[in-house]
Amino acid sequence: MCMSINRVSDAQQVFLRRLKRQDLLVRACRWGILLLFLALWELGAQFKWIDAFLISSPGRMLLTLKTLMESGELLRHVGVTLWEMILGFFFGTALGLLLAMALWWSNTLAKILDPYLVVLNALPKIALGPVLIVWMGSGTRAIVVMTLLISVIVTLATVLSGFLEIAPEKLTLLRAFGASKWDCLRMVVLPGSVPAIVSAIKLGIGMSWVGVIVGEFLVSKAGLGYLIVYGGQVFKLDLVMAATAILCTLAALMYAVTALFEKRVRDTRGE
Amino acid sequence: MYYHDLAGETAVLQSFSMKVERGEFVALLGPSGCGKSTILSLAAGLLRPDSGRVLLRGEEIIAPPFHMGYMLQRDQLFPWLSVRENARLGLRVRGMLGEESQDRVETLLKACGLADFANAFPRQLSGGMRQRVALVRTLAVDPEFLLLDEPFSALDAQTRLKLADEVKLLIQAEGRAALLVSHDIAECVSMAGKVVVLSKRPARIKRVVEIELEGTPLERRGLPRFREYFDFLWKELDVHVD
Repeated sequence: MCMSINRVSDAQQVFLRRLKRQDLLVRACRWGILLLFLALWELGAQFKWIDAFLISSPGRMLLTLKTLMESGELLRHVGVTLWEMILGFFFGTALGLLLAMALWWSNTLAKILDPYLVVLNALPKIALGPVLIVWMGSGTRAIVVMTLLISVIVTLATVLSGFLEIAPEKLTLLRAFGASKWDCLRMVVLPGSVPAIVSAIKLGIGMSWVGVIVGEFLVSKAGLGYLIVYGGQVFKLDLVMAATAILCTLAALMYAVTALFEKRVRDTRGE
Repeated sequence: MYYHDLAGETAVLQSFSMKVERGEFVALLGPSGCGKSTILSLAAGLLRPDSGRVLLRGEEIIAPPFHMGYMLQRDQLFPWLSVRENARLGLRVRGMLGEESQDRVETLLKACGLADFANAFPRQLSGGMRQRVALVRTLAVDPEFLLLDEPFSALDAQTRLKLADEVKLLIQAEGRAALLVSHDIAECVSMAGKVVVLSKRPARIKRVVEIELEGTPLERRGLPRFREYFDFLWKELDVHVD
């Protein structure tokens, strides 16, 4: 309910202040842990507590990144991985949504396809790698398809369970107004499943990162996954760690974008 | 009318016949699980009878009819739509959302004391207000005949009495007919002009009682004869607690 409080009481102010202080503490500790970790790592490498050749160090990683940046290699690799990831995620999500709608539409189809989906879900998709390479060639296409394969089932399962959670009375209500099945999908099932779709997107993004790196491990001439594998092969751990750190940052950034998107969706729906 | 499942078939309705006249308020009173809701679903065109016919204005109902409004036990408001958009839902489904019908929704919202909440979301409303929105949604399509499936059962006692008054007033304002399903004797006597008592499953009509009481549902509850009707129906219903 909208209530306008013009005068904030003292007790309320104390409460707000305490909340703010806690928030500040949480933020400070979060960054503190990261900085402490990096500092210890760097110190450990400087004072030879750890072998920087095997474990690398923040300084060496920065140096590697600088070199990569200056040659323009870094942006190219990041761009390749991001592009593959976004393509795979997009097609995986679209296909998952479409399949979920089809299975919601026809109960018979859902029953028929159920064992296939169970097996496809249980199958480690990486086992399909060689097949993909033969079919798609060793390039972007195989990686995108791998990403799609890894994300599509999770998206399908999450969205479909959202669809099936819609109260049947809501459908009855709509049908009593004379709504067609398409109306039901459009007016209740899809809008009612937006929270499920948002969580499917979040899961799908995570799965797509897995897919794209797995794909790049298998076949690639560029990308962060390629850098990691290449670095491992030539024993340049600085490169492996630097690429991993970039991957972490990208995943975190994408998570932040998703969280923002989720908040926007919630706001427009009054949640 | 039969229901089928793996264990076999269950007869829900057998040789059942009833009629609701224009402008009439009829209540179906029966024990839980006797088939009351099935009768409503048949009337709403959501189910087709295995044999027999359901007619509205002399025409057989084969799909949810245009002149019918259906109000469910729970409001079933869509949490992602504002009160106004929820109220417009039926119009939107039927593609009747014009200027005139929009005015109608606003008038109804005002009549139900919801004008200030038109842009609020259902989550922000109390149970009684939510059910009022559901009523507006039902009336927005201007039905001649309303089906009420225990529309007050999910509300607390005070809200229930208040809302019964409002619903009755709004329904009868434009000479609409209504068929109320309930297992609450007092509710039936206070609202209806005629109470049809049903037997256990398969439902048949045990008795039809004309209620000759004047006034709003709340006023009726205070009348001496209200008690008589109540006692009579209680005996008819023959409730066993087991």
